[in-house]
Amino acid sequence: MTALFSIAWRSAWNRRFTLVLTVLSIALSTLLLLGVERIRTQLRESFSSAVSGTDLIVGARTGSTQLLLYSVFRIGSATNNIAWQSVQALSAHEGVDWVVPLSLGDSHRGFAVLATTPAYFRHFHYGDHQALVLREGRPFDALFDAVLGADVAERLGYRVGQRITLAHGTGELVTEHTDKPFTVVGILARTGTPVDRTVHIGLQAMEAIHLDWRGGAPMPGLRVPVAKLGEMDLTPKNVTAALVGLKNRAAVFGVQRWVSTYGGEPLMAVLPGVALDELWDVIGVGENALLLMSALVALVSLAGLVAVVLAGLDQRRRELAVLRAAGAMLRHVLALLALEGALVTLAGVVLGAAATAVGIALLSPWLQAHFGLALALSAPTANEGLLVAALMLAGWAASLLPALRAYRLSLADGLSPRL
Amino acid sequence: MNTVLAIEALRFGWPGAAPCIDIERLHVAAGETLFLHGPSGCGKSTLLSLMAGVLVADGGRVMLLGHDWAALSGAARDRCRVAHVGYIFQQFNLLPYLSVLDNVLLPCRFSPRRRAQAAQEGSARAQAEVLLDGMGLAPALWRRPAMKLSVGQQQRVAAARALIGRPELVIADEPTSALDEAHRDAFLDVLLAACAAHRSALVFVSHDRRLATRFGRELSLPDINRVQGDPA
Repeated sequence: MTALFSIAWRSAWNRRFTLVLTVLSIALSTLLLLGVERIRTQLRESFSSAVSGTDLIVGARTGSTQLLLYSVFRIGSATNNIAWQSVQALSAHEGVDWVVPLSLGDSHRGFAVLATTPAYFRHFHYGDHQALVLREGRPFDALFDAVLGADVAERLGYRVGQRITLAHGTGELVTEHTDKPFTVVGILARTGTPVDRTVHIGLQAMEAIHLDWRGGAPMPGLRVPVAKLGEMDLTPKNVTAALVGLKNRAAVFGVQRWVSTYGGEPLMAVLPGVALDELWDVIGVGENALLLMSALVALVSLAGLVAVVLAGLDQRRRELAVLRAAGAMLRHVLALLALEGALVTLAGVVLGAAATAVGIALLSPWLQAHFGLALALSAPTANEGLLVAALMLAGWAASLLPALRAYRLSLADGLSPRL
Repeated sequence: MNTVLAIEALRFGWPGAAPCIDIERLHVAAGETLFLHGPSGCGKSTLLSLMAGVLVADGGRVMLLGHDWAALSGAARDRCRVAHVGYIFQQFNLLPYLSVLDNVLLPCRFSPRRRAQAAQEGSARAQAEVLLDGMGLAPALWRRPAMKLSVGQQQRVAAARALIGRPELVIADEPTSALDEAHRDAFLDVLLAACAAHRSALVFVSHDRRLATRFGRELSLPDINRVQGDPA
């Protein structure tokens, strides 16, 4: 058998350029397959990690996906707000531990502005119950303080101390609140969630910049200078939504029912996990498309592998005949082909997996910055292991196909191949 | 004299085609040199494959040293062939990536019997060197990859490979057709001398009847084959 191995090795070395091409093509398809799979799972993960540790999201009565979209993903806008009294009533509920009101609607150069309370930094969690961390500076404290998400700071090149003005609304043609500029006091560490693309300000500040506005435009003749704000009541009249934490998670359905039957105004409460799943059902079609693409990629590359080995076989017909004439048995010849197929597939898959890891390590900052896609270099998942195993098996099986043909050829050729 | 190869009432046809070989009787004795000739396409290569047990007769018997090829399993035929038969092709006999010496030693790697018989002169390697030397191949060539040799040199390496380990039967399928006249005669000289030295029977196939005088016996395949015409 060692003789066979050394012949296999020298034969392979003799055809090293073709074999390297085969290995590279397998490596490339492994890279594609693993890359697509990794992007697919991370996409889902970063999607579902957008909010955690929040038991209920409360807003005006609407669709649950819609509530989730505007309160968590800053997509679209609320059709109705909820009154401040409702928020207060909710906070007073015996099962409720904390309430973080959210007020949306303004923007800064395309990034959403979220007005909330300092409790937000304590209670809002993402991913696997991770708290928000300030990369520099502090949470907002004074009226016109602002805390930026990582993307906002990076994209606009803002540092702590930068003065910014907010725009009313989120469209293209927006009116700036130029008379009441904010100061950046803190920048959050990257989370891979919509928080990165948000400007955070206090609820009172939101109220203050809209004091002299009515119906989406500044009131002519009415100007409230910054100096006079101290005398005014800056308690918000309404907010967009509220994140709710419960003392006991088991009470979640009771509180949900209490909210939906609340007498003051029509409200609804959604469980973030359930709403995320519903939303994913809608946009998960893209995931299936990715999956389908991976399958096609794998199929095409395996077909290529078979073609390469089969084409190589015709060149090797003479070699196999010589081996048989020199005494190699049919099983030796088959073992030779199977061995080479297994080694070539293994080398290709290992190379591809390594290239995937290197690619993720090198490209993840760029992907994060340009696509907001958080790719982490982590141990292969069970799914990926399965993919790799399937690829190896399929690749090896594909290389056995030529072995089968070699068997039939050597039986049909006799000792002299008809070339 | 012992019979190495015995063919009796042999009939063979490729699957899906008309029969192309029908031979009543052909015996080859130990140490005999047989020249077999016939035009292209008369079934010479097919007959050689039947002799070597690569193809199995549809009817009748092909026996090597008393063993009927048809009675052996595929693996047993493979074992028996490498133990007792050396084979030389028309050309491209060698694995291009192995050295000359490694090419000659190939049968010894696959067959314990060939290895043991070759080692009677000390070691298999020693016999390979003796054979190569006898073929007029200088020691400087022995370590070269086979693909660096000329066609004439390659055929002599192939002859050395067919003869190593003293197989009882050497089959040569038009081994001189790729050689020019001077090389052809030199090749025949060394091949016949080596077969005589090893007491191996030689079945030599060619379409070139001028070579026949060098052999102990001459046969025309169309004369002994009762199927006439073009089997290809």
